[in-house]
Amino acid sequence: MDYVWDFGSVYEYRAALWVGLINTLRIFGICLFAGLSLGLAMGLARYSIRRWLRWPAACFIEFFRNTPVLVQIFWFYFAFPILAPFEISALMAAALGITLNSAAFSAEIFRGGIQSIDPGQWEAGRAIGMRYREIMARIILPQAVRRMMPALTNRGIEIFKMTTLASAIAYADLLHQARLIASVNFNPIEAYTVVALAFFVILYPIVRVTYVLERRMAKGD
Amino acid sequence: MSIEPILTIRGLEKSFADNDVLRGIDLDVMPGDCIAILGASGSGKSTFLRCLNFMEIPTGGEITHAGTTIGTARAGKPRHYPETELTQVRQKVGMVFQQFNLFPHMTVLGNVTEGLRTVQRMDKSSAETSARAELTRVGLAEKADEYPSRLSGGQKQRVAIARALALAPDLMLFDEPTSALDPELVGEVLNVIRGIADEGRTMMLVTHEVGFAYHVANRVIFMADGIIQEIGPPEQVLKNPQNARTQAFLARHKQFEF
Repeated sequence: MDYVWDFGSVYEYRAALWVGLINTLRIFGICLFAGLSLGLAMGLARYSIRRWLRWPAACFIEFFRNTPVLVQIFWFYFAFPILAPFEISALMAAALGITLNSAAFSAEIFRGGIQSIDPGQWEAGRAIGMRYREIMARIILPQAVRRMMPALTNRGIEIFKMTTLASAIAYADLLHQARLIASVNFNPIEAYTVVALAFFVILYPIVRVTYVLERRMAKGD
Repeated sequence: MSIEPILTIRGLEKSFADNDVLRGIDLDVMPGDCIAILGASGSGKSTFLRCLNFMEIPTGGEITHAGTTIGTARAGKPRHYPETELTQVRQKVGMVFQQFNLFPHMTVLGNVTEGLRTVQRMDKSSAETSARAELTRVGLAEKADEYPSRLSGGQKQRVAIARALALAPDLMLFDEPTSALDPELVGEVLNVIRGIADEGRTMMLVTHEVGFAYHVANRVIFMADGIIQEIGPPEQVLKNPQNARTQAFLARHKQFEF
């Protein structure tokens, strides 16, 4: 192959890529926060003693776990506005799809983490007069989150990578901007290489840090 | 004026599905009582104790604590026990478990202050002062800043005792407190429990330590088949049992010394 690499043509459009990066980080932030919060709520509901909370949560989890995110995003972007009287932005549609999907997956992580805690911890909390809420917040979750760290980290990485699906409905994320640059300059190799590297450069250090954290937590156990 | 019982237990029943574990128990627990509960495994003795602070929700009968009957009656169904009422009673009826159940992510001091801070909303410095006093009582003041994983089984159980005592309960329940301990660690825990009994605190104790029951308890209960078979002073129940089941049980535990 005698392909001549030309990253200069990508560098020229760095402002557009920068906008894409900011948008990627924005949708990631929203989905990470909303997805994990909703996931925790769903995990708790799924594990609740109240049946009327349990089964809707189970339906939610199974539905969003077993349908593709891209289909959900298309549905919110193209189908939802036909049923509802208002427009929905690309950011909102993509964030909704990714959030609901992540919530479904992380709900299972939270549920598993909570159930892995010795029932004696619940009893000890009850025996000193603590309420369900207090035991969950002060005794169970702090211990469960430690155990869930590896799984939650994976979830976070998945969410970050899933944000690229938003480009399919023309949300101006990093991938979308790169595609624009590639189509203007006819340099897809450079444009997509830069996007891949950008993702790697952001994610890899985070993964390293979580390895260290995990090892430290394992020691503290 | 007559002395009020701390607990009045009437017709207490507990079933798990088809299994009737408790089949009607009556008992008055008076202030200063130290009641040892003996019985073979499966006799219902632990379930009985666990009903008294509602770790198990009774399926029949009534428990009256300091004049208040817990829960609300329902026609044709077991009483209903709202969480608020149970959290109130549990602060006054402390429990120590066989498996200690310390909170591993909190220091020893954190374990003992947790009830004071979260449940009783005490400020940090008063809670720590009370907690340190309880830790001194169980001989572990110097371990306040350690995590439970650094303690021996005996030390863990003593912290668990301090955690329960911190709420100033009017009744302490001990559910086989030494059964999970290595033999050489049993003594230190029994000594702490004996110290608490000597202070005149009211307690109930499920135990296999028949000798300890003999020396510390003022009343001994022998349970089998979910009912109290025999109850009385230790000299009577342990040395001169009237009930055939008690006699058979004690014959199997003849290794104990008075």
